[in-house]
Amino acid sequence: MEKTPVLTSQSAAIARSSVAHHKKRRFSWDKMWSFLTLVPSLAAVLIFVYGFLGWTGYVSFTKWNSILPDYQLWGFKNYQILFQDYRFQSDLRNLLFFTVFFILACMVVGLFLAVLVDQKIKGENIFRNIFLFPMALSFIVTGVVWQWLLNPKTGVNLIFEALGASHPPAWYTSTRIVPSFHVGQIQFGLPIAMIAVLIASVWQMSGFAMALYLSGLRAVPEEIKEAAHVDGANGWKTFWRIVFPQLRPVTVTVVIILVQSSMKTFDLVYAMTGPGNGYVTDLPSLDMFTTTFQANQYAQGSAIAIVMFVLMMIFVIPYLWNSLRKEGQ
Amino acid sequence: MKKKYFSIAGGAVLALGVVTACGAPSNNAGSNGSASGSASTTSNQVQIFSWWTAGGEANGLNALIKTFNKEYPHEKIVNEAVAGGGGSNAKAVLASRMQAGDPPETFQVHAGQELMAWVNAGKMQPLDSLYKSMGLNKVIPAAIINDLSKNGHVYAVPVDVGRGNVLWYNPAVLKKYHLTPPKTMSQFVSELKTLKAKGVTPLAYGDKDQLGSVMLWENVLLATMGPQNYDKLWQGKLSFNNPQVKQATNTFLELLQYTNSNHSALTWDEADQMVADGSAAFNLMGDWAKAYFQSKGLKEGSQFGWTAFPGTNNDFEYVIDSFGLPKGAKNPTGAMDFLKLVASKQGQDEFNPLKGSIPPRTDANVNLFDTYSKEAMSDFKKDSLVPSLANGEAANPAFETAATQAVTMLISTKNVNEFVSALNTAAEENPLS
Repeated sequence: MEKTPVLTSQSAAIARSSVAHHKKRRFSWDKMWSFLTLVPSLAAVLIFVYGFLGWTGYVSFTKWNSILPDYQLWGFKNYQILFQDYRFQSDLRNLLFFTVFFILACMVVGLFLAVLVDQKIKGENIFRNIFLFPMALSFIVTGVVWQWLLNPKTGVNLIFEALGASHPPAWYTSTRIVPSFHVGQIQFGLPIAMIAVLIASVWQMSGFAMALYLSGLRAVPEEIKEAAHVDGANGWKTFWRIVFPQLRPVTVTVVIILVQSSMKTFDLVYAMTGPGNGYVTDLPSLDMFTTTFQANQYAQGSAIAIVMFVLMMIFVIPYLWNSLRKEGQ
Repeated sequence: MKKKYFSIAGGAVLALGVVTACGAPSNNAGSNGSASGSASTTSNQVQIFSWWTAGGEANGLNALIKTFNKEYPHEKIVNEAVAGGGGSNAKAVLASRMQAGDPPETFQVHAGQELMAWVNAGKMQPLDSLYKSMGLNKVIPAAIINDLSKNGHVYAVPVDVGRGNVLWYNPAVLKKYHLTPPKTMSQFVSELKTLKAKGVTPLAYGDKDQLGSVMLWENVLLATMGPQNYDKLWQGKLSFNNPQVKQATNTFLELLQYTNSNHSALTWDEADQMVADGSAAFNLMGDWAKAYFQSKGLKEGSQFGWTAFPGTNNDFEYVIDSFGLPKGAKNPTGAMDFLKLVASKQGQDEFNPLKGSIPPRTDANVNLFDTYSKEAMSDFKKDSLVPSLANGEAANPAFETAATQAVTMLISTKNVNEFVSALNTAAEENPLS
């Protein structure tokens, strides 16, 4: 078990079911009993996860775009409308930049904190908990707090202004997009307003990356490091050449977990900025909420959900595949 | 070493679980609603569905419930209010209950297209006999009844009226710069110019929830087009290619030059706060803002003032809450009893002073109300009554969302042609009626 045992709920379920499969070869009451105890949770997962997933997929191909259900099939029309939509195009741009920078920042900050905490310092527990603590907060709380901290008129800008800055940052009210070039209906680039959201989310989740990296660092055998030391490698070299490569599996885990958490980010943005000035901080999840529950366009909303799901699968399936294969060996 | 590794990782996993648990949008109100719905085997329950959960609204509703309990002791009211600004959560819960065939006895719904969405879906029962027996046609303005009707049948009783075209101002700020409340758009723009030169935010608005921007746009539209054409636009009888739409949109963009740069960080009440503390002079908002100013301890007239939005002096943009009778309600008699109370003079006089709104009945007791409401009540009787887009009266929800999106896009791109074509597309996809 060199792999960190995270994300195992799905893989374990699949593993369990494959175990159940093997059982049929030789019948025993004991095995039968363990299978029966699994049935309720299997059924629940089948209905409430895969059943509803399938239903959402089906609805996304129908004409159900008002309060009254209309199950006439409409082909890919909902998807076609979606991808031509200014708001959804903005969403995809924002999601791309948000995800990439969120993960990079969390990894760098997390690794840095982990290395610091790993220096066998006094009060290690205290530091570890301080860094991990923001994660225990709800995203709504983080959103509200950072909304005020980064409000251009009331927050940290007051400090900048006191220090004499004449043009303090506009944070999440900025409409600038850098670099700005035309793609489809939108300007492509990093919306400056996203940086404010990134600060809040990295503040919240980098402690998590730290915890995983710390566990990874602790798993590197002392003997290897000592051997490197004996061979004359200095601390810096030992870290990059010996320790860092060993962190690869942890890094994969960190990336996968952060990708799936960033792709479905809703509450943070909902509480902190809303869709923003010209949709600079909008994300597909917010769009899905408005489309489905305020405009009552259920088919359109389902299409957004399915697009989010497919994007997520692109990252998660290779990971599950990989870890299942390793478990099998 | 290994042991520690697991404890840390385990802690991380546990913490992740906590985060997702906290982060998952809680829908308690929804599950409560359906739970009590399915449990209602007794037929004397009257479920009242609304988004009135706090402040004056909740007090008004509670007063109604109290009177109802006195008059109909054998009925049992179940208050199924779902919290959430503007009813966005409540509407989602209501939609799922209606689709599941488990409607409440009656529910709060904005007059106009928001109600019509349910009527068109064939989910509502006509209330013609109630109107006849109570003589409501004589005391409720025809324009309002028209907004609650389809094919000659009326489907809901209105309980309160809000006004959407009110320009709020800080009297002290205007006085300091020798300005008077503007009556015309050109006077308004010149005052905004003066204020900007003095370093005051001339016009505050908040569009974090996108309400402030859409309301500002629709008010400029009303001022530019006049009530007849404005109405025709929402009835689909006038195209968005009409030059007046472009003209209004340009004026709207001009006004935006005088607004606070942090508008996308504020909700409507936070924009009103800027007027309240004197950092801004004007704010356009519905008259629910009055309740906000009063909750901050400000006195009407001396500490906050109001006028109709410039150019809309003889128009009354209404935002009306109404209650209807859904098909499949388990206790229609109880529902009708409640609707009778809601529609009665007594009920409306009890509810509205508490909520801070005015009654749709024109025979209400004026003495119960404050200065603002008295003025609004007299305007309501004589002004042209027009619907609000931003508040669900003027257009169907899908068009409203698309138009909101177009306004948001306009604010960032400033491209009027693109904006008009976005409105046209929205009207094609979600026809106005």
